[in-house]
Amino acid sequence: MSNYTAIRKWADEEVSAQRADKARIAIGLGTCGIAAGGNAILEAAERTLANNTEINADVVSVGCIGICYKEPLLDIEIPGQPRLSYGPVTPGETKKILENVFLHNIYEHKKSLAVIGDDAFAEIPSWNEIPFFAPQERTVLRNCGFIDPEKIEDYIANDGYAGLSRALLDMTPEAVVQETLDAGLRGRGGAGFPAGRKWTIAADNIRALKESKSDLPSYGYVICNADEGDPGAFMNRSVLEGDPHSVIEGMIIAGYAIGADFGYIYCRAEYPLAIDRLKLALEQAREKNLLGENILGTDFSFDIKLKEGAGAFVCGEETSLIASIEGNRGMPMPRPPYPAQSGLWGIPTIINNVETLNNIPVVLSQGAKSWAEKGTEKSKGTKTFALTGKVQNTGLIEVELGMSLRKVIYDIGGGIPDGKEFKAAQTGGPSGGCLPKEMLDLTIDYEALAEAGSIMGSGGLVIMDESTCMVDVARYFLTFTQSESCGKCVPCRLGTKRMLEILTRITARHGKIEDLDALEELAPSIRDSSLCGLGQSAPNPVLTTLKYFREEYEAHILEGRCPAGQCKALITYEIDPDDCTGCMVCLRACPTEAITGARREIHVIDPELCTRCDTCRQVCKFDAVLVA
Amino acid sequence: MTVSTQDRSALIPLLQQVQVEMGYVPKEAIDEISVALRVSTSEIFGVLTFYSQFRLNPTGKHMVKICSGTACHVRGAPLIIDAVEDELGLTDGEETTEDGEFTVEKVACFGACSLAPVIIIDEETKGNITPDQARRMVRKIIKAIAKESAAGKNGGEATNE
Repeated sequence: MSNYTAIRKWADEEVSAQRADKARIAIGLGTCGIAAGGNAILEAAERTLANNTEINADVVSVGCIGICYKEPLLDIEIPGQPRLSYGPVTPGETKKILENVFLHNIYEHKKSLAVIGDDAFAEIPSWNEIPFFAPQERTVLRNCGFIDPEKIEDYIANDGYAGLSRALLDMTPEAVVQETLDAGLRGRGGAGFPAGRKWTIAADNIRALKESKSDLPSYGYVICNADEGDPGAFMNRSVLEGDPHSVIEGMIIAGYAIGADFGYIYCRAEYPLAIDRLKLALEQAREKNLLGENILGTDFSFDIKLKEGAGAFVCGEETSLIASIEGNRGMPMPRPPYPAQSGLWGIPTIINNVETLNNIPVVLSQGAKSWAEKGTEKSKGTKTFALTGKVQNTGLIEVELGMSLRKVIYDIGGGIPDGKEFKAAQTGGPSGGCLPKEMLDLTIDYEALAEAGSIMGSGGLVIMDESTCMVDVARYFLTFTQSESCGKCVPCRLGTKRMLEILTRITARHGKIEDLDALEELAPSIRDSSLCGLGQSAPNPVLTTLKYFREEYEAHILEGRCPAGQCKALITYEIDPDDCTGCMVCLRACPTEAITGARREIHVIDPELCTRCDTCRQVCKFDAVLVA
Repeated sequence: MTVSTQDRSALIPLLQQVQVEMGYVPKEAIDEISVALRVSTSEIFGVLTFYSQFRLNPTGKHMVKICSGTACHVRGAPLIIDAVEDELGLTDGEETTEDGEFTVEKVACFGACSLAPVIIIDEETKGNITPDQARRMVRKIIKAIAKESAAGKNGGEATNE
């Protein structure tokens, strides 16, 4: 019996013992679950159990399964029955649902969401039948929200470390690299470089180094890039919080494949829960001899250390990340040499994104052929997206590459809320672009998105409606890249600054039509001459909005008008006398006392005192406040 | 004593540890780390100012964090920032109020995009917030501070009597 078979047997026994006779009440307490009030639900569940001692159940907090718009979520799993999900629940509803389910066997409730399983149960549909989940394919998120991320036995019992076992016991390192090449897995950090090609280069360099030197402490490194910095994306956080072992397993396999002996996880400090779970997972893996010396009884040794980032977007760039681990300012270096040739402390290093590494165990356990059945010819597999912004169903989703934007936004996302019209989909964050409604049938793959002027990116997908100003969006992203520019190269440091100045001028009513030419002239030179990806991609949001929404720029400049009603210098607030009931609500709420009037008298806004804070429009129950 | 290149990699974790304990990185700590790691203070200062996580000054007693991620931005985060800064009298990019009670921080992304816009005041996280609600949250704390200081004064007088 191999070491892995013994570990697997132990895990299976542990899990079935834990689940045998006790029900599990799970509450999603990821970052968004907490923001939605999940802690109050946890308290309500605990109180209900304390008051009904006959209920035999544990209350646990789990990561989320991605259906964020239904937070806070309540999940109930009774031995021998499928898992039931409810949401969004209030503390009162939590008590009612728990009492119904456990004391009266009544499962259906107006907040029933779905059965998390293949078949319907007690009139509640399977999650495969509800529009948010039906079109999704879960490979990366295979365990998120299902396993307890703090228990290694849960991961192992779900085929965890089976890929590592196959790689170490049945395959040569060369065969593992070949398997990754065959799968066609492309880097999920955004640029889409084939992971297997990166590994091949590193493996060659490490071999050469071992032949030429014999006294080095390390000959190769594997770095997991978990510095998710795109403002509007949280895919990696969810994976690290919900399934930390999958990333660790991917790193160990990568280490074996290229001949590295040490790894670093570079994780954003803003993700404290992910960091805690990773630390715990590393300890558990070491304890089970899945990490450290002579893994699974073989002569392969590999260990991993966690490094916390300190808040710099540019550190998502490979060479900057390396500089940061070395204790320096995280500024990029010209490439070549690529990190796979000379990386951390001059040693060959591969840097893979969280999601890339998370896919590796599946490639190895299922085999490249089976993994590559999903996706398109050049973009294989699935991709996670953080679907957010002006869309009904927000959440963390995973789809097969090649799905159309329309399907993602309208089928999974449920369309645009409040009867408004779709305007743009933003992919790739500050490095990506805004795609208009003419592009809704575009398929999501690396080539199609690049051709449209955007990028796949790490998975941020922000939906914008008619009330989003595209000039303001471009200015927003430039503000971000400009403040995150490390300052090392001139095109990025000064170029982004100039672009931002022009965009700010346009939104402040001082734009000139020649400004658009200046933007179009600056953009390609910044793209072509910046040192790293941050600068090279910084013009994308400007170029795509200029290409697809030029009329909005022109309206700002030529007509002094912001069509979306967002740019403060270009809009005024007025009260419609036909709809105003004189209820005094806006008058009381106005922080600058710009509104005058009396009860049952039509109110008036003084444009001199008005700061366009939008409070009056938001508090008005009669839609009487107009923005022009 | 010589410092190996790998020791240098302890710099950022050390600074992070200081900040966790003190809330910011004081000058004395920079001097001490400089001696221990044999890295010049100017280089440490360079690293400190490069990363947005590090603070060189103490923060206010109450932390107001407003998410400025993309989803929050398109759902009105700039109006929330304006409202909070106006309520606290912060101008020209000031982060901490003069009385040292509040620090306002714009955070790149909390990862709670589905509840945008999001604000965290001390331990309280609130999603789908409006400018008006944000003002009320801040006012509630200001009121509590005023009440506390009044009670403190009264208490002081009582013991004097």
